[in-house]
Amino acid sequence: MALLKVKNLKMYYETLRGYVKAVDDISFDVNTRESLGLAGESGCGKTSAALTIMRLLPYNGKIVEGSITFDGNDIVKMGKKQLRKEIRWKKISMIFQGAMNALHPIYTIGHQITEAINEHENVSKKEALERAGKLLELVGIEPEKIDRYPHELSGGMKQRAVTAMALACNPDLIIADEPTTALDVIVQAQVLKVMKELQSRLDLSWVLITHDLSMITETCSRVAIMYAGKIVESGDVGHIFKEPLHPYTQKLITAFPSVLGPKMELSSIPGFPPDLLKPPQGCRFHPRCPHATEICRTKEPISVEENKNHYVACHLY
Amino acid sequence: MKGDVCLEIRDLVKYFPIKLGFFKTLTARENPYVHAVDGVSFKIKKEEIFGLVGESGCGKTTTGRCLLRLVEPTSGEVIFNGTDILSLSLEDEMRRLRRKMQIIFQDPYESLNPRMSIYDIIAEPLRIQKVTKTEEEVRERVTEQLDSLDMTPPEEFLYRFPHELSGGQRQRIAIARAYVLRPELLVADEPVSMLDASIRSEVLKLMLSLQKKFHTSVLYITHDIALARHLCDRMAVMYLGKIVEMGSTSDIVQKPLHPYTEALIAAVPIPDPTARRIEVVIKGEVPSAINPPKGCRFNTRCSHAMEICRKKEPPLVMIDEKRHVACHLHGGPEAPKA
Repeated sequence: MALLKVKNLKMYYETLRGYVKAVDDISFDVNTRESLGLAGESGCGKTSAALTIMRLLPYNGKIVEGSITFDGNDIVKMGKKQLRKEIRWKKISMIFQGAMNALHPIYTIGHQITEAINEHENVSKKEALERAGKLLELVGIEPEKIDRYPHELSGGMKQRAVTAMALACNPDLIIADEPTTALDVIVQAQVLKVMKELQSRLDLSWVLITHDLSMITETCSRVAIMYAGKIVESGDVGHIFKEPLHPYTQKLITAFPSVLGPKMELSSIPGFPPDLLKPPQGCRFHPRCPHATEICRTKEPISVEENKNHYVACHLY
Repeated sequence: MKGDVCLEIRDLVKYFPIKLGFFKTLTARENPYVHAVDGVSFKIKKEEIFGLVGESGCGKTTTGRCLLRLVEPTSGEVIFNGTDILSLSLEDEMRRLRRKMQIIFQDPYESLNPRMSIYDIIAEPLRIQKVTKTEEEVRERVTEQLDSLDMTPPEEFLYRFPHELSGGQRQRIAIARAYVLRPELLVADEPVSMLDASIRSEVLKLMLSLQKKFHTSVLYITHDIALARHLCDRMAVMYLGKIVEMGSTSDIVQKPLHPYTEALIAAVPIPDPTARRIEVVIKGEVPSAINPPKGCRFNTRCSHAMEICRKKEPPLVMIDEKRHVACHLHGGPEAPKA
């Protein structure tokens, strides 16, 4: 059964110039012990989708339509207090983009992790500290470092401390928003390894948000590709990388240089991502698509199941 | 001529002094330094793209800035077209020479003046260097640049300001600004690392077409070895202020000799789910450049570390004509020094 079920979700930002359609009718499921990658270029709405699931939207972000069902309960309909007490961190926690800056500079990392524990569970300070130490050990930081301040840690360690914090209340699902973007390749590889180990040890589900497709192939079993507020293709990682169907996915995959494979010309997608205030009519990708036809300019394609569990929204199929 | 040396760097050193408090300066035995660049030598040939690869903090950006004298090196020689540019006077001779050497910075959100229009940003180098005589000429050169970077129609962009442009468009302006003087040497300091993968290759393509058109030599600074492999003819891998391996890009990627290069390549995720998964070969993080480890600087993280690695620093030796490596595993004491 699906742990998280997002259905026809629409979230618009209200601005003086109109609605910015950041998340426009997206649906996806995350099963227990599954990792889903949400990929797309910046500004395609992937972070907005994550913030919507956590209900951490800024004042002008409005959920217009749709449901987010977690474990049978609709998050969209929940009250603030229930969300804070029962969902956030207890069930779903998040690793924010730029973990370097997600830590409070004037508190020790131990303090910040225990704060999350004490907020949600009725345990003594001492017990919470003990647990924080264990969490740090779990992500590969020596427990003695619990009294360190964020500035005393390197980038990779801060990233791991933030991961430990996300684990503080044994959540079922972790949403990681670009968890390794600011890190060097070697440290990134170390963090990814920790994440994979945690998933099998703690029965976690992940939603990994990134623009780097190669990271998704390393860690996820399923992937959803977003473009301009919509999911254009989704399915098993193996399927999608072997046989990408949507022209955008095809371009995106070949835009990545490979370090070992044959040296080839890097492909690029001409043009720029659309303005979400006034997204193009019809298929949103048509101004940049090499296969665009008349129907693409007028009618929006609906998602069809092309192969088993492989969905694509394109008029070609 | 293609193949001639455009730029040569010999034993470039840059130490940044660390500011201590008042009392510490009285008691400290010696002033601490950050050993950002510690004896780096390489040559860039005409029309060549030379990659400088390494993790953050390895000194690659400082090297790039030193060779334009944007930071003053502590010691060493930077020879550009036969003249040691470190002996030139900064205001006069160096300023004239800058016409031939330009730089593209990493972050297009910070490298463009927010109060200047696109036209002024691209025209500024022409005005400073007094290359053009009339304003019509300036306009012609600026529109030509925008045109060659696919910012069409140019008139639409001329009077916009940087905040009205996307990241990819801004970086194109930064490239236009660097190329408007038709430099012989270009330092590209991670020009696409802030951009999304999908627009990255587009920007790189445009940069390469200009490089071909004006026969520029490029020092391409990057942390992305996969990207370097696709762009560069030769490359050098840096670790804690030193070059650990240098040679032709395809040789290094196919058969890395230094354990650090090997680890760097192994850590790159591969966009293919059927390929081998990454194995983390090395542990820990880069040690501090204030007190770099004794002996080989990589010995604290190296899985092949031997007794000698902790004591003696390996020199950069020539393995064959095209390859240099600094590791005790390769090249005995009889190997010729680079």
